[in-house]
Amino acid sequence: MALDLGVFCKNTLDGEVVDHCFSALFGLGQNADPSYLDWLLKAWGWTLAVAGLGLLIALVLGAAMGTLRTLPDTGRSSRVLVRLSTAWVELFRNIPILVQVFLWYHVIPAFIPPLKVFPSYWLVSIALGFFTSARIAEQVRAGIQALPSGQHAAATALGLTTVQSYRYVILPMALRIVIPPLTSESMNLIKNSSVAFAVSVPELTLFAMQAQEETSHGVEIYLAVTLLYALSAFAVNRAMAFIEKRSRIPGFIAPTNDAGAH
Amino acid sequence: MLSLDLSFYNWELFTNYILKGLLFSVQLTVFATVGGIIFGTFLALMRLSGKPSLAYPATFYVNTIRSIPLVMVILWFFLLIPMLIGKPIGADLSATITFIAFEAAFFSEIVRAGIQSVPRGQGFAAEALGMTYGQNMRFIVLPQAFRNMIPVFMTQTIILFQDTSLVYAIGAYDLLKGFEIAGKNYGRPIETYILAAATYFVICFSLSKIVRRIQAKVAIIR
Repeated sequence: MALDLGVFCKNTLDGEVVDHCFSALFGLGQNADPSYLDWLLKAWGWTLAVAGLGLLIALVLGAAMGTLRTLPDTGRSSRVLVRLSTAWVELFRNIPILVQVFLWYHVIPAFIPPLKVFPSYWLVSIALGFFTSARIAEQVRAGIQALPSGQHAAATALGLTTVQSYRYVILPMALRIVIPPLTSESMNLIKNSSVAFAVSVPELTLFAMQAQEETSHGVEIYLAVTLLYALSAFAVNRAMAFIEKRSRIPGFIAPTNDAGAH
Repeated sequence: MLSLDLSFYNWELFTNYILKGLLFSVQLTVFATVGGIIFGTFLALMRLSGKPSLAYPATFYVNTIRSIPLVMVILWFFLLIPMLIGKPIGADLSATITFIAFEAAFFSEIVRAGIQSVPRGQGFAAEALGMTYGQNMRFIVLPQAFRNMIPVFMTQTIILFQDTSLVYAIGAYDLLKGFEIAGKNYGRPIETYILAAATYFVICFSLSKIVRRIQAKVAIIR
């Protein structure tokens, strides 16, 4: 079975071969009669946009919720915060991502009308971000709990308030520890962004389904889409490795690559 | 402000639309768990065999499957299986094959970690007693490894049950699809999506509570 990569140079409207196939790589899909390559790259852009915005939401919310779950019991307000963040994690972890996408797309705008003006990919990003934030919160919580309890005790002994001890002592260490698990969660988020097809965001998976039907060159189309997903996930992996390396403080934390050390 | 009306959700609707989908989702989860553990164990044994001709293909398979979104894996199998066998295949059967193949990659990582968690002395002692590789795995290493793995297996199964909703991509009739069709036929999409979320939540939340209990039990015995 031979691959026919010529399909990517075909016009998406009439299936004729276009003469500017590879200009798409440089002109970023501004052609008047787009080829499948133009469409593919545009779809990749949508995937990156959905996943990027989702990742931002997931990291911020996940770090916040994971931190709140570890708050020491200092009174009623801290207990309420611990309960709220626990409920958050359980809620968003136990509903499938596709169902959450449908909730954000079909249900929640009916209750909160201002959301109706949001573009649909924002809603998917919110769904992805909330879903992943529950998983990230668990990693952050585990990272904080992995620290020796003396760290918190020492911060308290120095007279730091709870907020100060998290800000200056606990989080700087815990957030460095959790970079490796956060890397795999971020890669999962990119893969999970494929559910956006279900609410017609024109991203890679929807492109794969539609282009496969139009061209009957499914193998070539799927192969290209799969490679772009793998490439995106790999790029995130490298970026996180770079962040991990740059943020490492010599002698401060033992390298975390000896698996199961904490 | 819109008000919710759940009165349309009765026993009849449940048996007509939801039950069929629920049964398929559960069936898919069970098949994928059992099949995934069996094939995943073989993949793990191949990777740990130390023979490159076995280890490399297994490693390649596991890493490839794990780096592709599940929706794309579902689409790939739905495209490739009919091409290979030369005739169309139903969405249900295709989904079952896909999930077994997909979960095998994930379970193999769990099994591999589980086998590696068994102290090496156990395997050496079995060898010293004159056991073959097969006997060693069958009677000494795997029973201990599987006991350690039970909670992780169950957590993976909960994730798997959630993931079965992705067969939406090829139009198989699962739990989510059942709710969606019911919502369309009764003209109540908003309520049915909420009910779908609630159903998944109740199932997954209770299962995760059970897993936590079992985890505590296994930990004490160990």
